[in-house]
Amino acid sequence: MRKDIVGSLVAIVLLTVGFGLVYPLVMTGAAQVTFRDRANGSQVERDGKVVGSSLIGQDFRKPVLDENGQPKMDEDGNPVLEADPNWFQSRPSQTGYSANVTFFSNLGPNQQDLADLVKANLDAYLALERQYTPTLTADGVPVDAVTSSASGVDPHISVANARIQANRIAAVRKAPLERVLALVNRYTDGRALGLLGEPGVNVLQLNLALDKEFPVR
Amino acid sequence: MTWQGWLQIALYLAVLTALVPLLGGYMARVYMGQRVVLARVLGPVERLLYRAVRTNPDREQDWKQYATTVLVFSALFWVVLYVLLRAQGILPFNPLRFSGAPWNVTFNTTSSFISNTNWQYYGGETTMSHFSQMAGLAVQNFVSAAVGMAVLAAVIRGFARHDTDRLGNFWVDLTRTLLYILLPLSVIGALLLVSQGVVQTFTGSVTFTSLGGFEQVLALGPVASQIAIKQLGTNGGGFFNVNSAFPFENASTFSNFVEMLFILLIPAAATYQYGKMIGRPRQGWALYIAMMAMLLVGIGNAYYQESRATPALAAAGVTAEATADSTGGNLQDSEQRFGIANSTLWAATTTAASNGSVNSAHEAYSGFGGMTPLVNMMTGEVIFGGVGSGLYGMLLTVLLTVFLAGLMVGRTPEYLGKKIQAREVKLVAIGVLYMPVVLLIAASLAIATPAGKKSIYDSGPQGFSETIYAYTSQTNNNGSAFAGYTGFLQPNAPGNDGATGITFATLLGGVCMLLGRFIPLLAALAVAGSLAAKRPAPAGPGTFRTDSPVFLVLLVGVVVIVAALSFLPALALGPIVQGLTNQLF
Repeated sequence: MRKDIVGSLVAIVLLTVGFGLVYPLVMTGAAQVTFRDRANGSQVERDGKVVGSSLIGQDFRKPVLDENGQPKMDEDGNPVLEADPNWFQSRPSQTGYSANVTFFSNLGPNQQDLADLVKANLDAYLALERQYTPTLTADGVPVDAVTSSASGVDPHISVANARIQANRIAAVRKAPLERVLALVNRYTDGRALGLLGEPGVNVLQLNLALDKEFPVR
Repeated sequence: MTWQGWLQIALYLAVLTALVPLLGGYMARVYMGQRVVLARVLGPVERLLYRAVRTNPDREQDWKQYATTVLVFSALFWVVLYVLLRAQGILPFNPLRFSGAPWNVTFNTTSSFISNTNWQYYGGETTMSHFSQMAGLAVQNFVSAAVGMAVLAAVIRGFARHDTDRLGNFWVDLTRTLLYILLPLSVIGALLLVSQGVVQTFTGSVTFTSLGGFEQVLALGPVASQIAIKQLGTNGGGFFNVNSAFPFENASTFSNFVEMLFILLIPAAATYQYGKMIGRPRQGWALYIAMMAMLLVGIGNAYYQESRATPALAAAGVTAEATADSTGGNLQDSEQRFGIANSTLWAATTTAASNGSVNSAHEAYSGFGGMTPLVNMMTGEVIFGGVGSGLYGMLLTVLLTVFLAGLMVGRTPEYLGKKIQAREVKLVAIGVLYMPVVLLIAASLAIATPAGKKSIYDSGPQGFSETIYAYTSQTNNNGSAFAGYTGFLQPNAPGNDGATGITFATLLGGVCMLLGRFIPLLAALAVAGSLAAKRPAPAGPGTFRTDSPVFLVLLVGVVVIVAALSFLPALALGPIVQGLTNQLF
């Protein structure tokens, strides 16, 4: 017993140093040498300034203005936001696209709250996109466009979702639709090894490319 | 469901199965004291550790000495981890200046990591300093996993040996597990993950203005090194609150495949290790097949159920059909890049193994879809289960099956030629039945008391399911959650200032995790101790074969029946109610 106690205390110190300090320090060194950009969060720059991470989704909404031209506030004092038609929109987020305070929505499959939330997302999506895609019905709205993601910062939307939004972008940015669709295609991350996962369109990279090619006037 | 989805699942299972004999054979070499290649590099470190803890590697322990060392080591590490987490405010590597979490949450967290559960009431990126994550939690990811694997090695020796009371030397098993199995796999895993975009840095965060004009803060840290071992050691505690759904923790569809593979790799390989160590590879494969059969049912159920709209999605008028350009299914609280196939495959594997990491929120799963993770845990984590603990739990179930089969045909039960007698059967009963008893008492208390109900988030049957899930997960050392259930209130996130823990949920859960870890561990060691002393009788014509299809059917039957008898009423009140109706609550 006494021997166990002494042995354990020594082991605790050595294991904490070895696996708690040496291992992560060595791995950090190795990562910084081999995959520096990725190890630091795959940051994306524009004009020398960081504007995001290619792995982290962003908020592409804008404040809703009231009749006096002031930002409208909700009952908690936060500005009310709506989709900015100039941008491809990310999936809805339960965290306000926070990349440093994350949580799930945690609404169960039979929750009225979830039904209401998804219904609101669906109505908003239809109201915006139908102006540019008149044939769009609820049946045609891809599920990723109206459900919140797990991370709150899902960088991707489905190809179907992006193709619907492309009609709006082409109209608003006065760009040829086929050019916009070509950009959608270029920023679609396919399945790894042609097999793993689901294809997704990287919204931040797509919007960056869009801004370069068809800036908002 | 799509053919690409099924193909990915098939590929996953094929790669896993192919790795089982490779890694399992290697693990057997490690535990049989044979020389491994890595010893050329790490041999001096191994010998240094033996000298430091003053053990003679050639001197083996009996089951009581082995168990004592495990308990003393774990208890002292509990104290050290508790102090370290509470004191993080004055410790280094704390770029965001977080103070320590409240005492009750820290009690829960400490018990969680010592018991290889990694249940998390705290949110990683908003409460833990880099020091706490690395030197506190990630160390336990290694050590608690290695303790489980060491104990399994000792238990297997009890089955394999005869006429002895010696099961091995804990320090030797622990050291060799860490140096020759967990460390090399973690190094490979961490580099693979970084190559995909999982972060690994000591910068705390980066703040910038996003394209749309919002301020966004990227939380960073030494993530990849922690995630590799979190997946390998069936730990599951993420660096970020949303775990492997967060892109910096699971960046790509390839990193997702690697992380899923790591969930089951060691528990699956342990079946082959077992067959090798007892000199009967068929026996190891038999257990592998029984476990795989149960896993397949869970995967199929979850993938099928989640490919459809939940009642809430249907009520909102959303279509969930998969098309060429849309994943379809229940994508609420799931990521686009993983889709339904990879989200449900993860959910099934992480709960079959007692891993508990998630890449989608289980709480959002439909009533029946959510039963895959829940029922997987309710089997007592023997569908591969935790590293080490899964297989020794399964071996207890095997003895129970042998005993029941013996009763049916009226013969003395025996396994591997050894007679199973009253002492072993009593220990097996404790090791198998403690779980439903602890779990149901804890869950009943939590459901029936006002203090317990404070943790519930969702209304109606989902709130009941949250509670059952919480105590099932903690008692079985899994760590996944219907994460609406909370024990930690953090009004000013990020940071612990003004944060409080819910004492009832944190303490009850902590106790469940410790009991769930150490009762079956001790039962398995005690059984191994008494089996080691027995002399096997040669197999005769009347011997009941334990590697035959008939036995496997019986074994799976025992697992299912024990779980069903214990939990069917509870399941009926939560997930089954929601699965059978379209009603909203």
